[in-house]
Amino acid sequence: MRYHCRMTRATKDNRKSLRKQLHQVLPKTCILETPEQTIPYESDGLTAYQQKPWMVVLPESIEQVQTIIRLCHKEGVPVVARGAGTGLSGGALPLANGLLLSLAKFNRILDINPANRSATVEPGVRNLAISEAVEKFNLYYAPDPSSQIACTIGGNVAENAGGVHCLKYGLTVHNILQLKIITIDGELITIGSQALDTPGYDLLALMTGSEGMLGIIVEVIVKLLPRPEQAQVILAAFDDVVKAGEAVGAIIAEGIIPAGLEMMDNPAICAAEDYAHAGYPVDAEAILLCELDGTNEEVTEQIQFVENLLTQKGATSLRTSQNTAERLKLWLGRKSAFPAVGRISPDYYCMDGTIPRHQLPFILQKISDLSKEYNLLVANVFHAGDGNLHPLILYDANIEGELERTEEFGGKILELCVKAGGTITGEHGVGKEKIDQMCVQFKSLELQIFHDIKHSFDPQELLNPGKAVPTLHRCAELGGMHVHDGLLPHPELERF
Amino acid sequence: MQTKIKHDFLQSEKGQLADKILRSCVHCGFCTATCPTYQILGDELDGPRGRIYLIKQMLEGHTVTKETLNHLDRCLTCRACETTCPSGVEYGHLLEIGRSEVEKRVKRSLLQKVLRKTLLLILPFPKRFAVLLQTGQLFRPVLPGILKKQIPAKTRLTKLSLKNHKTKMLILDGCAQPALAPEINHATRKVLDALDIELVSFSGCCGAINQHLSDEEKALVIIKNNIDRLIAEFDNDIEGIVMTASGCGAMFKEYPHLLRNDEHYKNKAEIIANKTFDLTEIINTEKLKNKLNVNKNLNIAVHTPCTLQHAQKLPLNIENILSSCGYQLSTIKDKHLCCGSAGTYSITQPELSAQLREQRLSGLMVGQPDMIATANIGCLHHMNAGSTVPVRHWVEIVAENLKP
Ligand SMILES: Cc1cc2nc3c(=O)[nH]c(=O)nc-3n(C[C@H](O)[C@H](O)[C@H](O)COP(=O)(O)OP(=O)(O)OC[C@H]3O[C@@H](n4cnc5c(N)ncnc54)[C@H](O)[C@@H]3O)c2cc1C
Ligand code: SF4
Ligand code: SF4
Repeated sequence: MRYHCRMTRATKDNRKSLRKQLHQVLPKTCILETPEQTIPYESDGLTAYQQKPWMVVLPESIEQVQTIIRLCHKEGVPVVARGAGTGLSGGALPLANGLLLSLAKFNRILDINPANRSATVEPGVRNLAISEAVEKFNLYYAPDPSSQIACTIGGNVAENAGGVHCLKYGLTVHNILQLKIITIDGELITIGSQALDTPGYDLLALMTGSEGMLGIIVEVIVKLLPRPEQAQVILAAFDDVVKAGEAVGAIIAEGIIPAGLEMMDNPAICAAEDYAHAGYPVDAEAILLCELDGTNEEVTEQIQFVENLLTQKGATSLRTSQNTAERLKLWLGRKSAFPAVGRISPDYYCMDGTIPRHQLPFILQKISDLSKEYNLLVANVFHAGDGNLHPLILYDANIEGELERTEEFGGKILELCVKAGGTITGEHGVGKEKIDQMCVQFKSLELQIFHDIKHSFDPQELLNPGKAVPTLHRCAELGGMHVHDGLLPHPELERF
Repeated sequence: MQTKIKHDFLQSEKGQLADKILRSCVHCGFCTATCPTYQILGDELDGPRGRIYLIKQMLEGHTVTKETLNHLDRCLTCRACETTCPSGVEYGHLLEIGRSEVEKRVKRSLLQKVLRKTLLLILPFPKRFAVLLQTGQLFRPVLPGILKKQIPAKTRLTKLSLKNHKTKMLILDGCAQPALAPEINHATRKVLDALDIELVSFSGCCGAINQHLSDEEKALVIIKNNIDRLIAEFDNDIEGIVMTASGCGAMFKEYPHLLRNDEHYKNKAEIIANKTFDLTEIINTEKLKNKLNVNKNLNIAVHTPCTLQHAQKLPLNIENILSSCGYQLSTIKDKHLCCGSAGTYSITQPELSAQLREQRLSGLMVGQPDMIATANIGCLHHMNAGSTVPVRHWVEIVAENLKP
């Protein structure tokens, strides 16, 4: 699908002038502008959307980023930041008339402070690289998106990324202390501090999840946690998805907070096992992975307890990891599940809704009905502990019309989530993909507040325009498509 | 991923294969994380996902220039991306098609042509290589330090008195190895003799140099010649062929793929690949352990060559043998990384190659080892030129500790 941005004031002459000035400040190898060079940047992790950028720049220093942003500001040319391009909502989708600013070269860990349990890193540092670098101090960085091997910390902050271990240790927003941001006029500002609390509004929280629309993140101080003395994962198999869902509820109801609690259904199990050889039971209808961590005594006791509980709730088999290698292998399967699905289907479309946990059986049934209706297979991966559902719709982009059907199906799933009392995004962000569903999720007053915030940072709307927050106009136009209980979402707005 | 390969090309077997591989990529970007060139250069176009895209564009009929050629040239063919890819993308096979197609569309500079031609005229021929090296060795005492490091001093080997054994295997001499490091196969003979295996020399080049420099035609001639000679040998009670250079082993194991469309050779290639073993695959560790007086003071860092870990998918074989025999293994960082040797890469891409070597060596040195052990002559030679501790083939270390 080609995507066209709705507005920008920059003219051809502005871009010509910007191009000339960029060539004066950046080495040749840091500017990509022929189609041959720029087409490979046309998508992030969501290949359903493609847009060749006008130009890609790969700066190497903060000063260069400042200069680039200043020049874009002056010429009115929009800028889209990009980390590792693993985003699943088209957040880093380029603009035909805009600059794509890659932060991939900013990949140094600047400082590790074991006493303060923090690390200062550049935005292009990979999530996993942080934990690897601080391992020698027996520390780690807790949020672990499944893409952690590749995604950058800048992208994590911009998306407020979550992960398997966020159930117990929080999302990105709970695990960072300070950010350095370049504003649209090229100023370098510091937000947050090394201390736990700062006076004034919590701008750190505002920046986290702002999807590159408020500023460019150029440095992050992350919080580190001591590695727990013990951590073990239980792999439980079920012959029925609903039973697995109930077991999740039972664990949480007992007041246990697992370090991670994940669920996968049969197609996802098979694909992941084919890659990871983790020993997943490929004949199970669903598996649960439940990690418990803490002191040796705590873990031993809780493992025993959860094992019993799972058996009571109908688990057909149980296996508990006996060492770190086995534990990591069990997670490897889960963390590779999305791309591993590439083994059974040329393309997948990953949905990211949240639901109240008790609605799981209902939602899964509905998805299964829709799957039949649309004649498209679905593999389900579920952050069961926090109710974040990732149905992967399997399709083939080479078959005409299949992507459109997939998108329609996906839209239905998200609407189901909202109906069930959930939301349209758990952790992958809104980006370009879910912009229309934002109209379903929010009222116009809330959207207006979002716009006001955006304008106070970026009045000209040059930073990643057209993403994350829909215009009220757009919502009004779409209103006709989402009629709920006979009411349009924004009856107060004029229709065009 | 969606593809729109040009109709004509899609009709060909190569076109079908490329399309199948391209479509299996879901653009998740996991592979960029372990790609040595992406980690240094930070440009999508210098990572697997971008290279896959460049190849896709070319096959879809977009304009290609030196840009695509350069980015594909910069790929080490280390295949770390394949190990990382959850979707099972056969990047190596796609690259092979990409490289041969780009050669048809983009002209190389004269300088590059001469360099590549020269490499092709010397490297695959053991005698020519030996003559050149001997000349270097003759002048070694008067060469500047930097060149001196590239040319190993001449080694004198003790004469071996080996027994005859029932189990006989071939051992590939290879092209550069007999001249550069004859001690490796010498040590192998000693160790396998202790394990009751007799080795018979098999001379020649595996064809990898030609294949990697996009001289497919000549590569196939070499390969078929090897296959004919090997099939004849295998008739004489020979159990298989042992490889002491993992690069050559990986190449032999690729023969069935390279000859997949050759009705006459396809089955033979399969036989050869099934009878090709990396040295680590035939070692009986239980037996070997009893024959050794292990030097327990030696702290060894293992560098598993890409051709062993990513191509032959035997990532832990060297470590397993050494640690089971009682050797002390040093901690290392970033096990998956290439040392920058990568066939002729150190010659065609000297700057990146040196950077990669530095990076790899620093990862190997974190546990302050006394020595680095590896399993491929290319890596060994390349790393030795930059390392402060000796880099050796693991079998040499083991051979020295054999009980008298
Ligand atoms: C297989 C797979 C599994 C995934 N699993 C998870 C998961 O478990 N949990 C999860 O939360 N996400 C997951 N994701 C989504 C994705 O990895 C995350 O959203 C991640 O945070 C994106 O990081 P990135 O570096 O790739 O950013 P990109 O995709 O490059 O960019 C994402 C957004 O951040 C902005 N951005 C990037 N860098 C900066 C910067 N320095 N300053 C300002 N803005 C910036 C971009 O403009 C864009 O809007 C997964 C993705 C894949 C492909
Ligand atoms: S890891 Fe595999 S599927 Fe993902 S981008 Fe790389 S090659 Fe494609
Ligand atoms: S083969 Fe090695 S250098 Fe080439 S793309 Fe894959 S990981 Fe990178």
